[in-house]
Amino acid sequence: MDPFFLEALVNGILLGGVFALPALGLNLVFGVVDVVWLCYAELVMVGMYAVWFLHTQAGWPLWLAFAACLPVVALLGLLLHLLVVRPLLNSPPINQVLATGGVLFVLQGAATLVFSTEFRSLGVDMPPMEVGEVFVSGTKLAAFVAALTGAGILWAFLKFTYVGTAIRAIARDREVMPLMGVDPQRIYLIASAVGGALAGLAACLLVVQLDVHPFVGLSFGPITFMICVMGGLGNMLGGFLAAFLMGLIISVGGFWGTTEFSYVVAFAFFILVMFLRPKGLFAR
Amino acid sequence: MTGTFLGALVLAALAAVPLLSPPDYLMHLLITALLTALAGTGWAMMGRFGLVSFGHGAFLGVAAYTMALLWNEAGLTPWLGIPIGMAVAVAAGVLLGYPAFRLRVVGHYFALVTLAAGEIVRILIVALREHTGGSLGMTPAKAPDGGAFLAMQFDKAGFWWIALLAWAGGLVAWRMLDRSMSSKALAAIAEDEDAAASIGIRVTAEKLKVTVISVALAALAGALTAQYRQYLNPESLAGLGISLQIVFGAIAGGMYVPFGPTIGALITIGLEEGLRIFFGTELTGAAPLVYGLLLVLFMLYLPRGIAGLFERRAKRSPAAKPAPVTA
Repeated sequence: MDPFFLEALVNGILLGGVFALPALGLNLVFGVVDVVWLCYAELVMVGMYAVWFLHTQAGWPLWLAFAACLPVVALLGLLLHLLVVRPLLNSPPINQVLATGGVLFVLQGAATLVFSTEFRSLGVDMPPMEVGEVFVSGTKLAAFVAALTGAGILWAFLKFTYVGTAIRAIARDREVMPLMGVDPQRIYLIASAVGGALAGLAACLLVVQLDVHPFVGLSFGPITFMICVMGGLGNMLGGFLAAFLMGLIISVGGFWGTTEFSYVVAFAFFILVMFLRPKGLFAR
Repeated sequence: MTGTFLGALVLAALAAVPLLSPPDYLMHLLITALLTALAGTGWAMMGRFGLVSFGHGAFLGVAAYTMALLWNEAGLTPWLGIPIGMAVAVAAGVLLGYPAFRLRVVGHYFALVTLAAGEIVRILIVALREHTGGSLGMTPAKAPDGGAFLAMQFDKAGFWWIALLAWAGGLVAWRMLDRSMSSKALAAIAEDEDAAASIGIRVTAEKLKVTVISVALAALAGALTAQYRQYLNPESLAGLGISLQIVFGAIAGGMYVPFGPTIGALITIGLEEGLRIFFGTELTGAAPLVYGLLLVLFMLYLPRGIAGLFERRAKRSPAAKPAPVTA
């Protein structure tokens, strides 16, 4: 096989790994709280700034900045739920989406005020590795491994802990679980915090690959939503698989044409999927 | 009848505004507000029936770029280019809308499909940079001497009249829709699609009808905005950012009454300029921050927008009907 094509395939899978985390977080929140966080990519943006600031400005070692980023964004997720989502739980879905859209503007505006529109780079890079005939970017590979680890931890949390079981149960049936003695408000809070933490983890992986600026969320936000919808909103496994599919389409599309056209193909594919399987590729 | 007369009177009064020779800056704000209001009115046509589009920016862009490219590359006057651009945008809207409605892509899914469509248009504009200038944007070619009318390149007064007519057209379309059976049908569809279908409402056809009107108005707003500014760029005419701004304007003003989106446009333009003057240009971030905050507050405390305040008062008086009826 053409080594460049092979490289595109590998890069597609690596890219999918990066998309997978925010897709998991969004789906977790949607599945449990039943609200779309339109500002999810902006939470990731805040996390990227947190890492950048702590590492390059405050001089923290990188691992410590990463470790701090997760609770920071998790806290942000909690605040988002408490201040914006919770009061709107009984509102029409569209009001909820628009309110989180407002938060999107707030976070972009706040980031512009505090950090200006300049592109900030972490300036960390790992040497590429050669596997057979294919060159693999070290940073991308590390990000991929971290994304899979994060997804694995999430899976174990949902599968083997009491709270995780409650989260899965409430996603399954919102009416009955409260009767079984599960406090939905508490579960919503936990899911929001976990969703935030996943955005934080995604931020750690993205900040080493992308320069951060206030509008960086717009570059991967829309695609994250599409991945979630394609997998079926709230369906975490579906979203996870769709992330890799989308990564492959973009990467292979970029191999045949320009990057922009690969995104056009990916988005068009998404619209097509919506028409053929309106409830997602992996709807049961 | 008196309503029509009053409307004509107000329109005539507004048309006379340039005769008072107001400062250019004020005219600029007013024209921008009218065109923003038109886009918001178009969006709210669908939005008020639960068809929430996050991709309306794309229709602005499709019409504007069609018009500008026809002028620059084929020399076709914008007088024809604008209707053609609107037709192309409407065709795109139907192309997206028909399968979406037919296959019942609703709610969140509909919002996200339109979001994807908006992004496709934005990326296409960037990708076709040999014609569109990509992210740097493009300017329509300057009119030859004596050809300003054909090129639709007017002074502020000329654009004020054009924008005024277009804006009034949007309100008339709103009123006509409200008086037709379609608005009842659409209200029923928004409540419960299955129930509406079961009593014989043609769901797909009704949704398509309102989509066509909505897209046409947004497209007109986009083309006129580009023509007025004499500058087009993908960020301000397509994509998620501008789409959300349109939504914000319509929501803030109130999307259930015809003047709501116009109030919203006055708020957004006033806010933007006010913040710019108050904080200066170095604090550009302040504007979206305040927007966003207001959007959240509106959703929390005033989901029916500014116009909702008046609605509530009207409801209390015994003669008023519960549903928002156009004046």
